[in-house]
Amino acid sequence: MTAVVYVPRDSSAVSLGADAVTEAIRTETASRKLDVTIVRNGSRGMFSHEPMVEVAAAAGRIAYGPVAPADVASLFDSNFLDGREHRLRLGVAGEIPWLKSQNRLTFARAGVTDPVSLDDFIAHGGYRGLRRAIELSADAVIAEVTKSGLRGRGGAGFPTGVKWKIALDAPAAPKYVVCNADEGDSGAFSDRMIMEGDPFVLIEGMTIAALAVGATQGYIYLRSEYPHARRALSETIATACSNGYLGANILGSGKSFELEIRLGAGAYVCGEETAMLESIEGRRGMVRFKPPFPALEGLFGKPTVINNVVSFATVPIIIERGAEVFRSWGVGNSRGTMPFQLSGNAKRPGLIEAPMGVRLREIVHDYGGGTASGSPVRAVQVGGPLGAFFSESMMDVELDFESVAARGGVLGHGGIVVFDETVDMARMARYAMEFCAIESCGKCTPCRIGSIRGAEVIDDIINRRRPRENLEVLRDLCDTMKFGSLCALGGLAPLPVLSALKYFPGDFGLAPRDVDFIGADLTISTSGAASTHAIAGR
Amino acid sequence: MDASKSGNGGAGWDARMIDEIVAGLAHMPGALMPVLQAVIERVGFIPPDAVPAIARALNLSRAEVHGVISFYRDFCTGRPGRKIIRVCRAESCQAMGAVALAGHIQSRLGVGFGQTSADGDFTLEPVYCLGNCACSPAIVVGDDLYGRVTPKRFDEIFFSVTSSRSSR
Ligand SMILES: Cc1cc2nc3c(=O)[nH]c(=O)nc-3n(C[C@H](O)[C@H](O)[C@H](O)COP(=O)(O)O)c2cc1C
Ligand code: SF4
Ligand code: FES
Repeated sequence: MTAVVYVPRDSSAVSLGADAVTEAIRTETASRKLDVTIVRNGSRGMFSHEPMVEVAAAAGRIAYGPVAPADVASLFDSNFLDGREHRLRLGVAGEIPWLKSQNRLTFARAGVTDPVSLDDFIAHGGYRGLRRAIELSADAVIAEVTKSGLRGRGGAGFPTGVKWKIALDAPAAPKYVVCNADEGDSGAFSDRMIMEGDPFVLIEGMTIAALAVGATQGYIYLRSEYPHARRALSETIATACSNGYLGANILGSGKSFELEIRLGAGAYVCGEETAMLESIEGRRGMVRFKPPFPALEGLFGKPTVINNVVSFATVPIIIERGAEVFRSWGVGNSRGTMPFQLSGNAKRPGLIEAPMGVRLREIVHDYGGGTASGSPVRAVQVGGPLGAFFSESMMDVELDFESVAARGGVLGHGGIVVFDETVDMARMARYAMEFCAIESCGKCTPCRIGSIRGAEVIDDIINRRRPRENLEVLRDLCDTMKFGSLCALGGLAPLPVLSALKYFPGDFGLAPRDVDFIGADLTISTSGAASTHAIAGR
Repeated sequence: MDASKSGNGGAGWDARMIDEIVAGLAHMPGALMPVLQAVIERVGFIPPDAVPAIARALNLSRAEVHGVISFYRDFCTGRPGRKIIRVCRAESCQAMGAVALAGHIQSRLGVGFGQTSADGDFTLEPVYCLGNCACSPAIVVGDDLYGRVTPKRFDEIFFSVTSSRSSR
């Protein structure tokens, strides 16, 4: 009988040697004259144990990891093909507590299936959502998405169904569906993992959207930093086309939808939806004024549904199983699950799909196991480079749109970056301004100039050059950027700065009362608290 | 133009090559980005002398094409080293020692960010997240992504890349 061995093709696993492990397995099977099929699956997201090799054994899929090429011979010696004992044996993959305790809806297939196999996708429930969508009316599909409570996973959290309804009702034609696969946020990799680990689900979600709103052309705007995702998507789009899941007359529905990948070129701001449209149209990625909103006047001036990868990838299961299955998870107006991405100085980083409202502590400590270095957690940045820093004393924060916003932060794309004791928060604040300056599209002055000035002013504060005056300047700058910026790049860049100041004033050489002007929700009181305190001379 | 000098995996270029690239893509709506990306893929960079031909073929002004080229980090206009080394400088990687790693790589290569080593072998570039944050710090050497890169691991990677080159 042919044994089946799984080695992830996920780029993170490859970055840790998964290709070399695959080679070693091939060499070993050849020299031992064994009949082994190697499947390159996606990653389950437990990166502390990648490259994680699995074997289909009688007891289920037995995982071993982290496997180095040098371990391979000993795995064969231990009869790992029968799932036998070995020092790297982790047990049945799906039963590993770190994985089993998750609520995988969007990521149900990631790491389980062969990402580029249509048969595998269908055998694991793929395209059931699309088949059901074809039976339903456009309004019914959109109503289901609306009822599920799904809000955009790209950062802004706009209700997905509402957006689709606007596009459906728009009279102009043609209409477009565009997937935002720019995933520019540092600390974010869920889009990448879908595209590399279950790309068909993204295609399925986009197709459901297209049929629902009456779009005939789709684009995936993919960042150029993701060549592995590009290969997986190209291959699966071609397969979907040749099997009637894309192209003319999809599954006999009489409707057609074409899908094309467009690449970004290394500009963070092109993740902002209107800058992305500019880029696809062949221009500089300058943010557009809204309105008009893209759902009415988007790509090439036509009605356009824009959603994030995870948003689209979550739609099929909602349509297949009904809104209630998704809605039943989560809290308040944040329904469903969220694929949190834990990284930085975390002991057990990775992808954790959990219900909205899970506590920060559960992600950072229960799943993450604290820091990789073993020293205490000092700070955690939630929601990407424009997200706020939280301190170790704030681990009770619930991770949903409203609760994070109540602390002045943003949930963003669900990235969570852990820092240990060695972090210098003044330097992190400076970096936030520097990043904004590097990536600003340049359309508005507060963002373009303010960020450059912001970095300089933070330098001055750090170097004790007139700290009192400079803190006031920084406060005003943050205020101006927050309220005077066209998009969230300039508008949110003050968040990491203000939160670093608020929770870690010592790193700037400041005392807690010096930063009294920053509220618990990171709002800035302009009454000038900074100037009323005598911080000069310190 | 000297077509024999090869850049980052690309070949030399001539006007016919550019015309060919543009002709193959000009039908696309918003063709400029795919055209520039194809030029990078074939040539390794965007030769400033190619801009007029691109502009003409796409019915754009030179200024428009130049504006797009200058906006995006990927569109370099000078020939890069034979391999580009990209080092992630974003938060997750910083939390795992990317600053020290970047310093180490700079001294190993003898160049700063945005520069090419004297022998033309390596260009060092910053990148802001590679999506490999769970395996920070991350770098890309040529087409290959690496995770959990310590200075020691970088030296091993660097050694294997340089020795495979000299053995060719
Ligand atoms: C500076 C900036 C960068 C952004 N980057 C991304 C991104 O990389 N991916 C993404 O999906 N959304 C990003 N967004 C949000 C998009 O503008 C938009 O809200 C989103 O793509 C809509 O999809 P959703 O409703 O499914 O989230 C960004 C926004 C801003 C202001
Ligand atoms: S805030 Fe910055 S990135 Fe956004 S539109 Fe203004 S200048 Fe451009
Ligand atoms: S922050 Fe370095 S790979 Fe994401």
